[in-house]
Parts: sequence; C-alpha cells; structure tokens
Amino acid sequence: MLYRENGQFKTSYAADQQIFPIAQDRWAILGLLVVAFIGVPLLVDEYLFRAILIPFLILSLAALGVNILVGFCGQITLGAGAFMAVGAYAAYNFHIRIAGLPLLFSLLMGGVTAAVVGIFFGIPSLRVRGLYLAVATLAAQFFTDWVFLRVPWFTDNASSGSVSVSNLQIMGWQIDTPVNKYLFCLAFLTVFALLAKNMTRCAVGRQWMAIRDMDVAAEVIGIRPLFAKLSAFAVSSFFVGTAGALWGFIHLASWEPAAFSVDRSFQLLFMVIIGGLGTIMGSFFGAAFIVILPIALNQFLPAFGGLFGIRISTAGVSHAELIVFGGLIIFFLIKEPHGIARLWSTGKEKLRLWPFPH
Amino acid sequence: MKLGKLALTVSATAVVLSSLLTAPPALAQVKEQFFPVLVYRTGAYAANGSQWANGYVDYLKLVNARGGINGVKISFEECETAYATDRGVECYERLKGKNGGATVFQPLSTGVTFALTEKAPADKIPLITAGYGRSESQNGAVFTWNFPLLGTYWVGAEVAIQHIAKKEGGVAKLKGKKIALVYHDSPYGKEPIPVLQELGKTYGFEVQLLPVAHPGVEQKATWLQIRQQKPDYVLLWGWGVMNSTALREAQATGYPRDKMMGIWWAGAEPDVKDVAEGAKGYSALTLQHGAEPNSKVVKDMLDLVYAKGQGTGPKNEVGQVLYMRGLLSAMLGVEGVRKAQERYGKGKVMSGEQVRWGLENLNLDQKTLDGMGFAGVMRPVQTSCLDHMGSSWVRVHTWNGSKWEFSSDWYQADEKVLRPMVMLASGKYAEEKKLKPRTPDECKL
Repeated sequence: MLYRENGQFKTSYAADQQIFPIAQDRWAILGLLVVAFIGVPLLVDEYLFRAILIPFLILSLAALGVNILVGFCGQITLGAGAFMAVGAYAAYNFHIRIAGLPLLFSLLMGGVTAAVVGIFFGIPSLRVRGLYLAVATLAAQFFTDWVFLRVPWFTDNASSGSVSVSNLQIMGWQIDTPVNKYLFCLAFLTVFALLAKNMTRCAVGRQWMAIRDMDVAAEVIGIRPLFAKLSAFAVSSFFVGTAGALWGFIHLASWEPAAFSVDRSFQLLFMVIIGGLGTIMGSFFGAAFIVILPIALNQFLPAFGGLFGIRISTAGVSHAELIVFGGLIIFFLIKEPHGIARLWSTGKEKLRLWPFPH
Repeated sequence: MKLGKLALTVSATAVVLSSLLTAPPALAQVKEQFFPVLVYRTGAYAANGSQWANGYVDYLKLVNARGGINGVKISFEECETAYATDRGVECYERLKGKNGGATVFQPLSTGVTFALTEKAPADKIPLITAGYGRSESQNGAVFTWNFPLLGTYWVGAEVAIQHIAKKEGGVAKLKGKKIALVYHDSPYGKEPIPVLQELGKTYGFEVQLLPVAHPGVEQKATWLQIRQQKPDYVLLWGWGVMNSTALREAQATGYPRDKMMGIWWAGAEPDVKDVAEGAKGYSALTLQHGAEPNSKVVKDMLDLVYAKGQGTGPKNEVGQVLYMRGLLSAMLGVEGVRKAQERYGKGKVMSGEQVRWGLENLNLDQKTLDGMGFAGVMRPVQTSCLDHMGSSWVRVHTWNGSKWEFSSDWYQADEKVLRPMVMLASGKYAEEKKLKPRTPDECKL
C-alpha cells in the first residue's frame, strides 16, 4: 500500500535509469542519510561511536571493495586483509614522510597504492580461477604480513614495529572526537558507496558481471578478461586499501600488522557471503552482522544469564558467543544462501503486495 | 519460512533486551571504585592469561574482604579481549565510562597498550603496564598516563645480559659471544631488540634475531637455525604456548636448557609444566616475585577469599607465578587509589585523574609492603614524574623439574645504559605527536 510505484511514470531515460527509480526508495535513502549525518551524532553516546559505528562504517567500505571483486567479478580473494594493510601503511608513509600533505590525499594515496599492489596480485587471476585463485591471493596476505613485520622502512624504523598517527585534521577541522571521526568515515563511505553503485551499473560493471557469469562467453562477445579482471582487482583494492587506511588512522590510531591478519581477510569474505554476493546493500548487512553481533552477544549473554540467576564466566561468554555466532552463520547460509540482502529484497517484494498477499 | 521468522524475532528481542538489560547497572552503584578488568581467558594465550586474571580479580576481592580502600569498596567487571587489539579497544570503550568511570586500565597486551596509549590521555584514565608495554613510557614527562611499573622489557634485556655476564665471569668475557633472541613477532617481542643491539655494540657480542610468528607453535625452522649457528645463549621472549613449544624444540634439538633464559612472561608454570623434566635447568627473569605460595598475602587470600568459596580460579594455582603477577598488578592499582585518597580525601571514590596523581607519587617502602603481606615477594617501589617505572629489581629463577627456585641475587638495571635510551625514544615520540613534555613545575601540580 505504502510501497508501490503505481502512478510514478517515467518520462525520460534519465528518470528510468536512476539508482532508485521508486520514489519511496529515494525518500527512504535520503531520510537515512539525514539521520546518519544529523540524527545519529545528536543521539548516540561515545561507546556506540567508537566501538560499533566507526568499525561498522570502515568495514562496510572494505566489504564493498571485496564485494566488487568477489560478488561482481567472481574472483574469490583471501587477500583483503593484505590490501587493507597496504592501504594503511602506504597512507602512513605518505603522511609522515611528506610534510604538509593533506590527510585526505594521504588516505587516498593509501588506496591508490593498494590498487597497484592489487593489480599485481591480480595477475594470476588471468590463468587460475576459483579456489586456486583464492590460494594465490592468500600469498598476498602472507607477503604483506612479512613485509610490514620485517622491513623496518615501512614502519619508520619503529623499534616495536607498531606505528601511530595523531593530530589528524582537514583544513583546520580536527578529527579527534568520536563524532568527527564518525562523520569523516560516513562521508567517505557515502561517496564510495555511490561510486560503487554507479560503477556496477555502467559498462565496466557489466563487464565484471559477464566475466563472473561465464568468462569464455564474455570473451567471445568481446570483453577483454585482462582489462575486466584487473580493473576489478584495482577498484576493489582501492576501496579496501582506503578502508585499511581509515582503520589504522581513524579507528585504531596505533597499529601493528596483526590488525590486518588473515583473520581479517576471512572476516571480510564472510561479510560479503553472508550479506549477499553481488549487491551493494549486502556489504552493509554483512558488515553489520559481523561487527555488531559478536559484541551484542558478548554483552547480552551475561545479562541474559543474570535473568535466571546464572553467572556466566567471561570465558563461558566468549565461547558461547562463538557458538551462537557460528550457528547463526550456518543458519543464514542454509535458509538464505543469497545472503541477507536477498531477504531484504524479498521483504520489499512482499511489501509491494501488502496488505493483499497472494 | 516459519523458522526464519522465529530466528528474526529471537534476534530482534535479543538486541532489544540486551540494550535494556545492560543499561541499569551503570546507575546502581556510585560509591564504589570501579576497576575494569581486561582479560583473556580464551584464545591462544588463555592458559597464561587466565592465571593472571584470577590473581587480579582475587586481589580486588581480597581488598573488599579487608574492608575496601579506606572503606571504599571495589567493583569490577571483566571483559574478554582474546589478546586481540581491536577487541581490547572495544572493551576499553565499553568499560571506561561504566559505574562512575574506570579507575585504571591494565590490558596485559603490548599491542593493546600501544592502542590505548593514544586514547588514555583524552579520557584521563591511567594505564598500568606492570612488566610490559612501551619501554620508553617510563618517562612520565612525556607519557603522562602510562605506568610501566616494576620493569620494562628494556630492563629485562639489560638484566638478562648482566646475568649472562656474571655467569661468564665479567662483561669482558662477552666479547665474541653469540646471543640469540627467539621472540614473539609482535610489538611485545620486538621491544628488547634496541637494548640488546646497543649492549652488543658496547660489549662486542653478536645478537641473532629469530622471530616466531603468532601464536608460536611453529618453531622448527627457528631451532634448526639455532642448531646450525650454535649461539652461546638463547633469550626467549615468548608468551603462552610459544614458550612450551620452544622448550620442547630445545629438547628435541639438544640445545642445553641451562643456556636458555626467558623474560618474566616466559617463566611461569604453564610454560614448563608440560615439559617438566625436559625444561630442567631453564631459567627465567622474574619481575621481583616468583612463585610465592608461602607468602603472607597468599595465606590471607586463602583464608579470606578462598575459604569462603569466593575464589576465582582453582585453589592450587593460588601463588603461582602469573597469579602473583596479576595480584601484584591489582595491588599497584589499589595502592595508587590509596595514595590518591591521601591527597583528595580518604574514603572517597577517586577519578582516573586523581589516581594518576596517586600512581605518580606512589611510595611503597618495605615496611608498608611487609604489612600488606608482601614480605619477600617484592622490594620498594617509588615513582616520580620522570620515572613512572618505580623500581627495576629483577631476580632469576630456575625450573628444577617440578618447581621454580630462585637462582640469583637481586639485580638492578643499569640506569646509565637505559636512561639515555628512554629519553631519546620518548623525545622522538613527543616530537612525532607534537607533545610538550611536562616541566618539573607542572609535575608538582
């Protein structure tokens, strides 16, 4: 009833091709943005910002990048953590070695460096595919782990191998309070999500999807696998690298290579699988699921036990958290193999018919 | 789809309930000094982490059983970090504002310490890192909020070399020797490197660096290198399962255990007990204390806490090395509060900022320590603005196959070597962060 496009006539191609052709969607997204940019900073407390919202935004950005590569182009990667590390350390080196370089530029250069490294590690994708490619990208993970632990130049000869940044600002705007950090990440994510959405709708995105669906057929109709695959690697790594730079600069402020270990790569891959492969929306759902659920469980379980007068030990809570979390992943994958994003679109379909389902 | 709906409802109610349930306790207690407890009872380092956590929590319980800090009871809450930096940061954010504000954080992880060092000054919460953390944070003029009490890794490295020199018969004998450092490849393991290299240059010994990747169960290649290069001594900078693995590998390679020496995090019961006889002769530094089952504080603990069934861990672990470490760490935090109360009002709840003053002016002499039941366990600690470490007493203990026994006299780190390095490193940090080190006048405030 509320969600129906009856009567919304499109009179131009532009109107037909816009990202959200249904007016309700446009308003909903606009409303969401207003809430995110204005409402949330007014309402939310510091803990929620620092522990949940900022990691969620940054990992959403990384998941977007992974989704471009895995979901849209069909190239399975286990090197996302590596590209995050490249982004973070490259941005760090630009930041400290070139005095006066604007922060925004350093962060984006982190992304660009990650893109270059991504293209390099994407080369095997021209020969191998599927699980074999996943293993090849795993090499990127171990390589960057090694480089950032062993080559002191990258960490500015820090004796402990841990690097840190502070006094971040853009044109006098200090990024030090949680609200400012949140807004900064949110602005990044908004621009990048728009970029990703449009990229997947235009020629290059269609090439990626053609390669994903059947690369031989795509080649026959004139799509160059070299360009399509490597561009997917480049764009994906750019996103992931920028996210890595934000993770280091904004979220952690001080980090070591362990922050971008192979666990992070798996985490990002799970995000896009659970969220929904080949959807922009899915990246957000997946990130929310993986970032928020464990923390929520961790806080909820002791309180839940307290209701029945049971005191659960700290170790018990963490174990239970892993069990419940793992169980939910399996449940979602069985019930909805296309990810949470599919649930979302099914929901929208039902809403169209509501209140007269058939 | 019914099951799907059920799952959705359950998770939705879960989220709502959790937000409802976690909120109220924050308002309930106000007159209590809140100690957040960052622990890891799960993950690769659980065996060591939980002993420390038990000691820490038990001491807080003991203080409450003895009547609190001048009447102020302690409340505490654990948060599991699993030794991961991002989870540690989340725990910090979760606990820092609870129950009237956190008193002091002790993350028991060098990685988390690095991350929190950036955050603590803004939140005005002191950070105690007894026996770990950033070595240069000894300089309190720059690191206002960090307290690496009792010792840093630089102290450890320096004393380890002193001990080796003594065994060899003087520093002159170190010339031409080969000393290998088998270390956990993380900020923790890398901390001692600058000191070892510096001393190597001074005394003319060669330092071999042999990193071991987290979690440290894969050391075959490392010990193959040791077998080939035959270093005269091996220093072990490991944690958790890495230590027992190293000892097993040493046994397998036939490297003499009495030429191996661990840092104080590689010298506890979980590290050696599975290797038992195989680890005989292996020695480790101690952060003043060793296993102290006969000390008075442990007896009090058993009488006042465990006898009432309120103990956190297994009774037979009370008094073991890491348990004592946790206990001492808690004690230092509590004494910081006590000292702060002397200035800001006895019997009042102290804020993080006030506790920071207390920690900076900590002065535990032998009489006070003996009175608290720490006779024979530790020596006096006195901190100041410029010295946030307080003391650098170290002993060495050796595993005799069934228990740890002290095998050396007290050592003290050589300030002439370490002080310039601390000043240099902290100066570099201040410059990077554009911090102005506190002047002696500011220190008095």
